[in-house]
Amino acid sequence: MCGAPAQTPTLPASVDLTKETVIFGVVSAGDAPVPGAYVRLLDASEEFVAEVVTSAPGDFRFFAAPGAWTLSVLHRDGSVRKQVHALEPGLIEVPLQLS
Amino acid sequence: MARADVLVSADWAEQNLNTPGVVFVEVDEDTAAYDGGHLAGAVKLDWKTDLQDPVRRDFVNKEQFEKLLSAKGIGNDDTVILYGGNNNWFAAYAYWYFKLYGHQNVKLLDGGRKKWELDGRELSKDTVSRPATQYTAQEPDTSIRAFRDEVVAAIGKQNLVDVRSPDEFSGKLFAPAHLPQEQPYVAGHVPGAVNVPWSKAANEDGTFKSDEELRELYAGVDDSKDTIAYCRIGERSSHTWFALRELLGLKNVKNYDGSWTEYGSLVGVPVERDV
Repeated sequence: MCGAPAQTPTLPASVDLTKETVIFGVVSAGDAPVPGAYVRLLDASEEFVAEVVTSAPGDFRFFAAPGAWTLSVLHRDGSVRKQVHALEPGLIEVPLQLS
Repeated sequence: MARADVLVSADWAEQNLNTPGVVFVEVDEDTAAYDGGHLAGAVKLDWKTDLQDPVRRDFVNKEQFEKLLSAKGIGNDDTVILYGGNNNWFAAYAYWYFKLYGHQNVKLLDGGRKKWELDGRELSKDTVSRPATQYTAQEPDTSIRAFRDEVVAAIGKQNLVDVRSPDEFSGKLFAPAHLPQEQPYVAGHVPGAVNVPWSKAANEDGTFKSDEELRELYAGVDDSKDTIAYCRIGERSSHTWFALRELLGLKNVKNYDGSWTEYGSLVGVPVERDV
């Protein structure tokens, strides 16, 4: 992320990262974060699991599980899809760049 | 039922924002969305604080509904166009609710907020106030609302459509992946229910799929039987209820709004779990 400090999502105090698999990141276009982007989490069979809208700083966050996932983003300025393999519980940061 | 009778496009909505007799209503789980920008002139409904009784676990009653719509400035003759976030889940819930209380002209904005935003259409932050009305509701039409005993009686006899995600259906998860999982009831599904996730009825931009695609999707739902749709709290199943009854015209389709939060907490009912 070009020297930017590592991103960490804001998590509820009850979240145990030895058990939870948190897929998170920022949607951006160029250097600018993109708020209001629709981020979908799809499972290994491309089935819809959940959808969130990015916050003002472009953040998204999902509670998933180890396994294969796809993130699919739609926004009026572009879209992006990215596959994610979560091997074990913990934080998995996935930066998403609109194209 | 023709699609045009129950759905309007974003283009139509944009051209009719100021049409007298047309009231746009945003329905959300998180009303911060409305406050951050809404269709010009639209009023907001909070699906929980406005549509659920503050004490009992039930809808607001006829008098409360009348009071709510009167205060929002919605008249009996108005055409109500509902839209919202979460791919119109809560707007579909409100649509079903308006039908339950006998509102004649109510439609959904196809694609809801999502399609509107993806199109880059204008949102307004202006405060909206409409002159109060004297709204009169009908007695609740329970031909579209299923209660728990009907669900139990339907096992093995009628169509039960569970519209949750496959992991919720199988019993692996209690709730969708973006929500807390702490509910203390059992996981699983009503025996004999078929799992057709709500999301299969929608395109990725939130609009409903075509009638042809929907017919194919629900080919296994036998229209010679009655049908009950359910999910976790009755909002996603309102979306499917809309697709089955309002778009495809199936006859006896009910939404079970108690859904899994109620059924999965009942003592003595059969439950199937696949994990």
